Amino acid sequence: MNIHKIADYLNTLADESHTGMVFDCQPISGEVDVLQVTVIGREELPIFVSVTDDQILCITYLWGENEVKSDKLHEMHVSMLEMNIPMPLSSFSKIGDKYVIFGALAISSTFDDIEHELAVLNNNALEIIDDMSDYLV
Amino acid sequence: MSIFKKIMTAIRGSATEVGEAIVDSNATRIFEQEIRDAENHLTKAKRDLTGVMAQQMSSNREVDRVKREITEHEGYAVQALEKGDETLALAVAEKISALESELATQQQALDSFQGNAERLKELVKKSERQVNEYKRQLSMVKTTESVQKATSAITDNFSSSNSKLLNAKDSLERIKAKQQKFDDQMKAAEVLESENSDSSLEAKLKEAGIGATDNSANSVLERLKAKQK
Repeated sequence: MNIHKIADYLNTLADESHTGMVFDCQPISGEVDVLQVTVIGREELPIFVSVTDDQILCITYLWGENEVKSDKLHEMHVSMLEMNIPMPLSSFSKIGDKYVIFGALAISSTFDDIEHELAVLNNNALEIIDDMSDYLV
Repeated sequence: MSIFKKIMTAIRGSATEVGEAIVDSNATRIFEQEIRDAENHLTKAKRDLTGVMAQQMSSNREVDRVKREITEHEGYAVQALEKGDETLALAVAEKISALESELATQQQALDSFQGNAERLKELVKKSERQVNEYKRQLSMVKTTESVQKATSAITDNFSSSNSKLLNAKDSLERIKAKQQKFDDQMKAAEVLESENSDSSLEAKLKEAGIGATDNSANSVLERLKAKQK
């Protein structure tokens, strides 16, 4: 599995997706190849997909440290920990100064699995920002 | 230091210097080499184990054979004694004694093979656990590294394309607005659709001569004819 195969699959999918979402893929070249996947209508929350030796990582950036109300930081962290298990397929993390949600799939996952993961991750991201907007400036 | 702690320290330390390798790439290569070495040892240990187990089986057969021969000769000795042939019985007894010392030697060999096999099995299991643990640790280091490199690729892409990651609340508002617009369009389309179906109904009614009819040339002519009378 590599990002180009994923991109090919998502592009041929077009309107025939099982998730009702239409994906647009844009490879970003660098030391590690990254695929930027956007859901049509939700371009503001792209998903970044990278493939390592044993897993496929799908990451969506949520907000930066600077967007969190300083007096709500602790409360937000607790909410995130509490939500980590109920939230389907995705988990919270932090990369540099950005909070993210991500899903990790086995390298042997099928295209269907990946499509499902992307759809769930995107829905989770949207819902989480909505639910946690009280903590954000 | 555990691998978790190392990664945590590395992430914290290098958070300010994006792009800097989490773990010295040379160290990663050495670690990978160590895993390969451990795997080679494991393969060798497994081969050794197969050899020892084969020896164990053959030794086991040998012990059984000697035991059977002893029982057999004991029978012969008893028969010789029953016939009163003391000399023959003694000769058989000597043979039995020789067989018994052979049995002792074979048994010792078998015990030693068994001991070796068990030790090797334990070693193989331990090495397998070790190799898997090393692989898990390596995967953690590589994933961390890969995420960092991916992050720097994403960051570079954003700064070069002059776009930037939006504030989360703004993103949400924009997506919601788009969703609202889409919903409105859908509603508008529905309204339009129903209007269209209204007009098509009208057309059908007209066709059937029900409701308002057009002022056709015929009806005008009819009207004029009626006036003439």
